[in-house]
Amino acid sequence: MLISREEALHVARLARLALTDEEIERITGELGAILEAVGVVSELDLADVPPTSHPLDLVNVWDDDEPRSSLSLDEAFANAPERDGGHFRVPPTV
Amino acid sequence: MPPVVDTLRLTAEDAIGLVERGEVSPAELHAAYLEAIEARDGELHAYLRTTELGDGAGIPIALKDVISTKGVETTAGSKILSGYVPVYDATVAARCKAAGLNLLGKTNTDEFAMGSSTENSAWGPTRNPWDPSRVPGGSGGGSAAAVSAGLAPWALGSDTGGSIKQPSALCGNVGLRPTYGSVSRYGIVAFASSLDQIGPVAKTVRDVALLYSIIAGRDPHDSTTAALPEPVRVPEGDSLTGVRIGVPVELNEAKGIEAGVKREVQGAIALAEELGAEVGECSLPLSVRYGLACYYLIAPAEASSNLARYDGVRYGPRAEGATYREMVERTRDEGFGDEPKRRIMLGTYALSAGYYDAFYGQAQRVRTLIIREHREALERFDLLVCPTSPTVAFPVGERIDDPLEMYAADLLTIPSCLAGLPGLNIPCGLADGLPVGLQLIGPQFGENTLFRVGHALEQAIGFDTVPERLR
Repeated sequence: MLISREEALHVARLARLALTDEEIERITGELGAILEAVGVVSELDLADVPPTSHPLDLVNVWDDDEPRSSLSLDEAFANAPERDGGHFRVPPTV
Repeated sequence: MPPVVDTLRLTAEDAIGLVERGEVSPAELHAAYLEAIEARDGELHAYLRTTELGDGAGIPIALKDVISTKGVETTAGSKILSGYVPVYDATVAARCKAAGLNLLGKTNTDEFAMGSSTENSAWGPTRNPWDPSRVPGGSGGGSAAAVSAGLAPWALGSDTGGSIKQPSALCGNVGLRPTYGSVSRYGIVAFASSLDQIGPVAKTVRDVALLYSIIAGRDPHDSTTAALPEPVRVPEGDSLTGVRIGVPVELNEAKGIEAGVKREVQGAIALAEELGAEVGECSLPLSVRYGLACYYLIAPAEASSNLARYDGVRYGPRAEGATYREMVERTRDEGFGDEPKRRIMLGTYALSAGYYDAFYGQAQRVRTLIIREHREALERFDLLVCPTSPTVAFPVGERIDDPLEMYAADLLTIPSCLAGLPGLNIPCGLADGLPVGLQLIGPQFGENTLFRVGHALEQAIGFDTVPERLR
């Protein structure tokens, strides 16, 4: 299966990855080969088979609604690249 | 002064005995392992960092670097988490502490646990203690190499598609991937959430069972955990009378299984029969044909979602950018290595509009079939056996440039992971001087059966877990 450079760039944008030209070129080729290999799943007719999202049969797991301690602000910001009071500071969004 | 203990030979159980009887103090034991690390880890690079003695009254433990440790840098083998110091302990780390275990250090891993050789670590590869020109397997090559080289009595790893079982096979020790949902993942750096599990690595099945009993069970912080249906039993007996062992034909005769691996695994199966087990053939036709493909759609899809959190906002290094988007995209390009990028791209593609049903949706349906065929086989048998890895440890560099070749290393470990089943690796012999691993697969929450059978076989096989070159 071949994917085009444009498709790879589109996926990189969706994934928020500023890949270099060299990376795009290499990954485009690798993705094609991997998709070719994993595409084998499409040969099965599975219209009647339900999908599995999770292998353990657990539904509606509840906990008691009791307050418990959480991280302090200083702990929550301990690893932040840039803090501004009670906020994570980031470059302009627009 | 001679060292207080021979860390190469010491099992965790023996170490616990020494400390309980007051023959060795936790501090002396900790120092003995740090000394062994100092002596041997320059060559192996099993550890990313070691830690000072904690205040536990027990023995040391090493934790894979995907496990959050309060106050101790945790990078998951990635530059994008360099300098990240967790402000809380993962539940498994907290349970180890509560049991008196002292953290010895954080072990190397493929970046975000993505890989089968530990060569994808941003901090350089780990090497196999049996032959340093070869890989220790992955992604938990650090934990497996540490245990085999006497650099830790036991360790924890994480397993998504084989990252505990396969390194244990390649390094010649015992590793358990527990039933999905039996061990908390709170505080674990997530890779693929419907597959990730934490589990023990040690020299003996008894040690693995003991460590499993410390970490397993429901955790209020992780709603995907369940209470164990029965207490963990540390195994004792040597008889396999009444045990029904299934040999899935496809998993034992798959293309790519080396002759030496086949020979040692068949020898172990014959031994099981001598110990009283009933052995019969069964079939898992879809698991080998579609398992790898199914996994390499589901795992990257989930990874692309889990790794979206690394955006340079809340933790980790941040790249410069004039706008928010530019900062995020550059941070991710600079921070992630080749394999996470490859998997993020693959997963994003498989989840994107127009391809979702054909790839991710289809893989989820194949997963249902793989679960069903395992369930049917495990109605007839108490457990299934096959090789853990198709090959013995391969040379460093041999597969790193060919992703598909690397992915094939997990051919035999992946199907039961997709099915959410527990798998235990025990060493069963040598081929070309390198360890061969036997994989025991049980039903959900069937760990006690795996421990019983694994222990009996381990006694009968008598494998020496100390690498020949270190004896």
